[in-house]
Amino acid sequence: MNRINRLFQDKPGNILSIYYTAGYPSRDSTVPVIKALAKAGADMIEIGMPFSDPMADGPVIQSSSNKALKNGMSLKLLFDQLKNIRKEVDIPLLLMGYLNPVLQYGMEKFCSDCAMTGMDGIILPDLPLEEYLGESGSILSDFNHYNNHNHHNHHNHHNNPNLRTLFTLHNLHNIFLISPQTSPGRIAKIDSASKGFVYMVSSSSTTGTKGSFTQEQISYFGRIRDMKLKNPSLIGFGISDHGNFSAACEYASGAIIGSAFVKILSETKDMENDIRKFVEDIRGVA
Amino acid sequence: MNYSVDANGYYGEFGGAFIPEMMVPNIEDLRENYLKILEDPEFKSEFNTLLKDYVGRPSPLYYAKRLSAYHRTEVYLKREDLNHTGAHKINNTVGQILIARRLGKTRIIAETGAGQHGVAAATVCALMGLQCVVYMGKLDVERQEPNVLRMKMLGAQVVPVLSGNMTLKDATNEAIRDWINNPVDTHYIIGSVVGPHPYPDLVTRLQSVISEELQWQLQEKTGSPDPDYIIACVGGGSNAAGAFYHYLDNDSVKLVAVEASGKGIDSGESAATMVLGRTGIIHGSRTMLMQDDDGQILEPYSVSAGLDYPGIGPMHSHLYKVRRVIFEHATDDEALEAAFRLTRLEGIVPALESAHALAVLKKRKFGEKEVVVVNLSGRGDKDMAAYMNYMNDHQLF
Repeated sequence: MNRINRLFQDKPGNILSIYYTAGYPSRDSTVPVIKALAKAGADMIEIGMPFSDPMADGPVIQSSSNKALKNGMSLKLLFDQLKNIRKEVDIPLLLMGYLNPVLQYGMEKFCSDCAMTGMDGIILPDLPLEEYLGESGSILSDFNHYNNHNHHNHHNHHNNPNLRTLFTLHNLHNIFLISPQTSPGRIAKIDSASKGFVYMVSSSSTTGTKGSFTQEQISYFGRIRDMKLKNPSLIGFGISDHGNFSAACEYASGAIIGSAFVKILSETKDMENDIRKFVEDIRGVA
Repeated sequence: MNYSVDANGYYGEFGGAFIPEMMVPNIEDLRENYLKILEDPEFKSEFNTLLKDYVGRPSPLYYAKRLSAYHRTEVYLKREDLNHTGAHKINNTVGQILIARRLGKTRIIAETGAGQHGVAAATVCALMGLQCVVYMGKLDVERQEPNVLRMKMLGAQVVPVLSGNMTLKDATNEAIRDWINNPVDTHYIIGSVVGPHPYPDLVTRLQSVISEELQWQLQEKTGSPDPDYIIACVGGGSNAAGAFYHYLDNDSVKLVAVEASGKGIDSGESAATMVLGRTGIIHGSRTMLMQDDDGQILEPYSVSAGLDYPGIGPMHSHLYKVRRVIFEHATDDEALEAAFRLTRLEGIVPALESAHALAVLKKRKFGEKEVVVVNLSGRGDKDMAAYMNYMNDHQLF
């Protein structure tokens, strides 16, 4: 069973997922951060693949991505760093980033390396649903190449080769985002194409926007909860402390924290201890 | 051969809309409405009236007699430099502001490199009384002060962008981020034929007035609507898209796009995407892209701030791939030399961008009787600093 499904099955609420950028603050901190988070009791980790042009990210993650790239981070290095991670960590791990570095790495090779290192899911905010499903008739050339070589019938429109087929083959869940502006019809479509969970962006914003939730956000959370999606959902973007973590948990299975955690990484002198403390603070452990 | 965008926003394998979910409602809204609006008689009449009375169209087609004699061919200049605000950029912003109003938007955002698109956007916002925020890389803010001041005088807020390398690519990222954060009241006026579908098609159509006029102007001047060549510079590619558009299906007209090769193709300081790039995704579009082996986007270089974009419009990538358009490139020095040649032979100071197109008159061989149209996309006032340096270096004073 995919570890994401296992998590939501075992733990229906208060799930804490943490995002950070691989290769940040130093090139070799990728694995130590994962281990420290798992030890501190994070339920799930989203490992950021740094990109030069992260258009959905605010200043904190932009800057960690830049620094990681300057540290020499790349997908090749990331998979190398992760090759033994499953001997030590058993919580769900996802890779999150932008499409271009993945395409250049090669979609097929990326998926097979994800499977080999024990990744459970992928979040690519600039990969639209229609491209994932192969509906827009586009050709993600690397994948098409793969199909030709594997003698799949790519002219058969009833069995259109698409990323979903490839991801499923490697037991990888592709996680989709929804925002307050996403129409009910589109949410239903996203829910039906999703496995694992639906990523609810808390407001119309890039990552890192802060403050307590507005009435408008709360009513959006309630609206989604009342839709009774087939997938559980996690709320992300703008979650930074115990207050809005617990508020989010009232409406969804849990929440995702990124920028607030990356900020801790940028300041820490004692990583393991600060990570433990951060997770405790978010959970509200006295 | 079909050069039009398909229903999914693709030109062959290029294009599409690789956008985060947060942008989907705005992009869908635009996609579902842009053709309806463009075809609406009321829009057409308003757009055409503004192009005529406000922009000053049609822009003249000028037979450059002395330049023709120098290059031993028949050179015609399409004078987009004579438009209000000094470049072709205004054709697009006039159209998009009318669309924004019809979509009920009250706030406009734009990105700019050299500042020409920023000025054109700020201008139409002043005209329509809409709020305008222009994102501009901090380096460009410092390099292009006159245009920054113009935008401010027009009432726009100019936001210096500190992310990345602080130039056009980063300004575009920041405008996209603004749109994600302001999904209801804001329209993003992209300045070129780049970005997610439907922008490349929308901006191409708004700029296509250039080739529409060329057809009847050439008929009047040469007795045929078809020239032998049309030459235009390409960064993102909006002036080229407009100048080529009505000739795409006419194979007898050779179309030449000119990229900036900066200090030379192999110098490491260049913006020649077709030579140095490969397929990738930038600003929501699958297109040719300058990137490293890991798919990180590279910072291009050109003396001309309007051509240093690491990608190119997806239509151009397709036209390159199917060999409908010939791609050339010109270095900083070749462009500067061409700019001075035009200035001294014809008394026209071109924008540095347009000077790259002019440089090809010397780099390629043309027949004496051949009709060669160069799209003079903008005027050179903004480039006086670079021209002064060149004059000092070559003792032209």
